[in-house]
Amino acid sequence: MRKLLTALLLLAALALGAFWAVTRPRPLAADALAGLVPDAAHGEQVFWAGGCAACHADAEAKGDQKLILAGGQRFASPFGTFVAPNISNDPNAGIGAWSDLDLANAMVRGVSPEGEHYYPVFPYASYAKATLQDIVDLRAYLATLPADPTPSAPHEVGFPFNIRLSLGGWKFLFLDDGWVVTGDLTPAETRGRYLAEALGHCGECHTPRGTLGGMDRGRWFAGGPVPGGKGNFPNITPAKLTWSEADIVEYLTSGFTPDYDSAGGHMALVVENTAHLPAGDRAAIAAYLKKVPPAE
Amino acid sequence: MKKFLAGLTVAAIALAGAATAQDAPFAREIKARQGIMVYRSIQLGVLGGMAKGEIEYDAEAAQKAADNLAAAVTIDASMLWPMGSDNSANPASTALAKMWEDGAGIGDKARAMNEAATAMQAAAGTGLDGLKTAMGPLGEACSGCHKAFRVPTN
Repeated sequence: MRKLLTALLLLAALALGAFWAVTRPRPLAADALAGLVPDAAHGEQVFWAGGCAACHADAEAKGDQKLILAGGQRFASPFGTFVAPNISNDPNAGIGAWSDLDLANAMVRGVSPEGEHYYPVFPYASYAKATLQDIVDLRAYLATLPADPTPSAPHEVGFPFNIRLSLGGWKFLFLDDGWVVTGDLTPAETRGRYLAEALGHCGECHTPRGTLGGMDRGRWFAGGPVPGGKGNFPNITPAKLTWSEADIVEYLTSGFTPDYDSAGGHMALVVENTAHLPAGDRAAIAAYLKKVPPAE
Repeated sequence: MKKFLAGLTVAAIALAGAATAQDAPFAREIKARQGIMVYRSIQLGVLGGMAKGEIEYDAEAAQKAADNLAAAVTIDASMLWPMGSDNSANPASTALAKMWEDGAGIGDKARAMNEAATAMQAAAGTGLDGLKTAMGPLGEACSGCHKAFRVPTN
């Protein structure tokens, strides 16, 4: 009996150890950013390419109001409703006190400065492919933006999804910093891939998700129903998106489709970001979209 | 007899279903407002085609499209938007119910559309540069409503 108990306890300890090994947060090495010199001007480009304001500014914000990153937008999902936090420059309510490494850990590892997992509604599954130089530049730019004292609202997430350690398991299954579209790419297509797969995090909406909420890389950009809401995210693979590259560039610039309908919903916010990019970057995204494997 | 009654019931349900499909709630209003949207997009297609360089700039044609657009955004279409005629009442519509909520700002957004169309009306016939400049605020005004009040669509 005693032997059995000992064996059971040992097994439990092993299981716990394995659970911890899989689920523990994995921040970057302390010297990961050594030698990187921040460039705030380039950081502004990263800011628009990364779409920070689309979620962290007010959805109705225009012009300079888009730079007030006080959070508050709500995102419904099958796991609960997430509320975008304040990432303004306020040292208490926002991220004004963060180091470069704090931002890098948040974006590429999904780990908070306190060492907790973030929910993947924050698109670190895409930002994981961002270069650390871009993140250092972005940090420098964010530091130039206004501080806002509005406290972040808590997420409305029930058991068991409120146990953040379980997100370690999610990351173990789904955090993959390899490119989805591979093979011979022109420099423009390669740049477009970086913008679309990493910073622009297009796949977060346009790629269907499995029951556990991971992006289905085999059906990249094939679209699907809006979680916890109405409507569909469109399929933007060449199987369905038959627009010319010039049409795509126009859409990412003015929001007009070839039929002169206009971007709606969250995509209108995306266009408000892509409109700030250099024209070459919008053309690069269009070139990349033509290289995505067609999926029905 | 029992079978006959059951059959009758099934037939009745099927008929009721067919009737509902035909008289889907607000079907005519939805059709009419979508028609107005398409009409606007056709005028925008002329202006946008010139702005993009796909159509050669023609002051007269541009002015005509801008006049049509301005007329189309100022007609009284309020009777086409009855309360409850949203996507959950009839999936043919892509309007979200929150459009009818107090404080949704629909009036402000409609005014912004009118102003952008009026600005285009003033600019379209004066030259390609003016037309191009007026295009941006028009797109913004369209998206102002579509961003807040439209179901994401394929």
